Amino acid sequence: MGAERTYSDVAAAARAALEACERTPGAPKPDPILKGDGIRRQFGGIVAVDVEHIEVQRGSITALIGPNGAGKTTLFNLLTGFDTPNTGTWSFDGRSMEKVAPHRTAALGMVRTFQLTKSLTKLSVIENMRLGATGQKGEKWWNGLFSSIWRGQEADITKRADTLLERFKLGHMRDEYAGSLSGGQRKLLEMARALMTNPTLVMLDEPMAGVNPALKQSLNEHIRGLRDEGMTVLFVEHDMDMVHDISDWVIVMAEGRIIAEGTPDDISRNPAVIDAYLGAHQGRSLMEEES
Amino acid sequence: MDWQLIFENSLKGLIGINAVYFAIAAIGMNVQFGYTGLLNFGQAGFMACGAYGLGMTAHYFDISFWWGIPIGIVFSLVLGLLMGVPTLRLRADYLAIVTIAAAEIIRLVVRSVRFKTYFGGSDGINGFSQSFRKVGNSLGIQEADEYGFWPFRFTGREIWTLIVGWVLVALLGFVVYKLMKSPWGRVLKAIREDEDAVRSLGKNVYSYKMQSLLLGGAIGTISGMVFALDRGSVQPDNYSRDVTFYILTALVLGGVAKVSGSIVGPMIFWGIFTFMDNLLRQVAEDPVHLWNFTLMKSTQVGQLNYILIGLALILLMVFRPQGMFGNRQEMAFDGR
Repeated sequence: MGAERTYSDVAAAARAALEACERTPGAPKPDPILKGDGIRRQFGGIVAVDVEHIEVQRGSITALIGPNGAGKTTLFNLLTGFDTPNTGTWSFDGRSMEKVAPHRTAALGMVRTFQLTKSLTKLSVIENMRLGATGQKGEKWWNGLFSSIWRGQEADITKRADTLLERFKLGHMRDEYAGSLSGGQRKLLEMARALMTNPTLVMLDEPMAGVNPALKQSLNEHIRGLRDEGMTVLFVEHDMDMVHDISDWVIVMAEGRIIAEGTPDDISRNPAVIDAYLGAHQGRSLMEEES
Repeated sequence: MDWQLIFENSLKGLIGINAVYFAIAAIGMNVQFGYTGLLNFGQAGFMACGAYGLGMTAHYFDISFWWGIPIGIVFSLVLGLLMGVPTLRLRADYLAIVTIAAAEIIRLVVRSVRFKTYFGGSDGINGFSQSFRKVGNSLGIQEADEYGFWPFRFTGREIWTLIVGWVLVALLGFVVYKLMKSPWGRVLKAIREDEDAVRSLGKNVYSYKMQSLLLGGAIGTISGMVFALDRGSVQPDNYSRDVTFYILTALVLGGVAKVSGSIVGPMIFWGIFTFMDNLLRQVAEDPVHLWNFTLMKSTQVGQLNYILIGLALILLMVFRPQGMFGNRQEMAFDGR
C-alpha cells in the first residue's frame, strides 16, 4: 500500500531519520520538537497517564494509537496545558512547558483540535477562521473602537482564511453559520482554523471520526501537506488504515503507558500491539496487505 | 374609563426615565450575557456603585460633584474585579451565584445602621443633583415649564434627564456596537460558544471575560448614575435583586446579542408595564363584584401586573425565544 507512494524531500528526510531510531517505548529521536519525562496523571485511584519518556520527531507525522481509555486524549490535554499532571516535565521546541497556560502554548506554535469538534456554531465559517489568527491588534479592546487600526490586518487575515477555506473545500460555506456544517465539515473547519495560528506542531485528536471515506482521502492529503510545509503533526486515531497510510512513526499507548513505538509496518507486526489493540484478525489482514 | 390618559401614560412610559436607565443597564448586561455568555445577576450592585459614587461625593467628600462620575466607575471596576477574580476561571453558574450575592451584600451594607454615617442607612443620600440641574438651567431649560408635544409632554426637570439619558443610550449603544463588530467582540462571541476552543487558539479567555465583566459593569454604573440624578437621591432598596431580573427580562424581550434589542426591549417593557398598570388601576377604581366577592382591589394591581408580565414572558420564551430583534437562525443551533 505504501510502497508506490512517493515522498517529498521533507517527508523522506523525516522517514529516513526515524528509520534509524530504536523500536523501543520512549525511543530517543535525532531532532525532537516535543519531549516529555515522567508525565503522570491520576484521577483518584486511576492512573490515566504514566509516560516515562516520549519524543516526537520534528517534521514528521506521528500517530498516537491505543485502545479506548489508554490515556491518549489525557496526554494531549497535559501537553497543551488544558490539564495539569501530578508529576512530570515536558518541553516544546526546547522550551519548558510546565505551568504554561493553554492559550500560551497555542501562541508558542503548538495548536490542538478536539475529539468532540468545537466549532463555534453561532459564528460564520469565515469568522471562525479569522478568530484563529494570532497577534491581532483589534483584539485589544482599546483598539476595537478604531477600525482604522485593525482594518488592514483584518483584510490580510481574511485573505489567508479564504485561501485555507478553498484548500479545505469549504469556500462555498464561507458566510454560513458554522452550526449549519455537517460533522465532517466541522472537523475540516476546526483543522483549518487551527492552521490560522501558524503552528509548528499540530495536534489532532481523532481527525477522522465521523468523516466519510471520500473526505478521509482528502484529509489525508491535507495532513501530508502540513508535513511537507514543515509542520510536525501528532495525531490520535483509531482508523488503522489511515494511520498506516500517512504516519511516519507510531506510538502505541495502553493503560496510560507507552507500550510500543515504531514505523507503521513494525507496529502492525508487533505482537504486544496486536494483543492490546489491533486484535488477531486486524493484525493478520494488515500483514496480508504487506505481502 | 379614560383611554386617552392610559395611552398617553403608556407612550410616555415608552421613552420615560425608567426606560432610559433600564436601557443603559441592559446594554451593559448584553455585553456580559448576550455576547460573552457571562451570567451577571448582580447588575443592581454595579448600578448602586454609580449611584453611591455620586451621592457620597456630593455629600461627604469636599470636592466637586462631578468627581462622582469617575469615583462611581472606579467603585464598579473594584466590584467587578472582586467578583471576577475568584469566579471567572470556574463555570458560568459560579459567577451567577457570586454576583447575585455580591449585589445583595452591597445593598445590605449600605442600608445597615452601622454604616449610616457613610451611606445614610435605609434613607440613602438625598438632594445632590443641584449641580446637574444647574447645567440644564444654564442651557435654558426651565424646570417648571412643559416641553414637547402630545403625548410626549414632560416638565423641564424631566426633559433634561431624558435628553442626557438618551444621549448616553445612543453613545453607549454605538460604542458597544462598534466593539462587537471588532475582532475583540469576535473573541467574546467565540467565548460564549466554546471557551476551550478559543483557548486552544491562543486567546487568554480569562482576561477577555474579565474585560467583558468590567465593561458591562461600568455601563451598569452609568445607568445607576442616571437613575440617581433623576431622583436626586439614592436609596438602597432601589438596587435589589428584582431590578437585575427586570432588566434581564427587558433584554430578553428585545433580543440578546443585539444592541437594538437591548435598547428597544426596555422601552417595550416599560410601555407595556405602564399600560397594564394604568389599565388595571382604572379597572380597580370601579371594582368588579361577583355576588359578595370582589374580583380585584386597587391594592392588588401591582401584584396582578407582575403576574401578567411573567405570563407574557413565558409565552415569549415559548413562541419567540430570540426576542423581538434576535436572529432566529442564530438561536437554532443549540446542539453542540
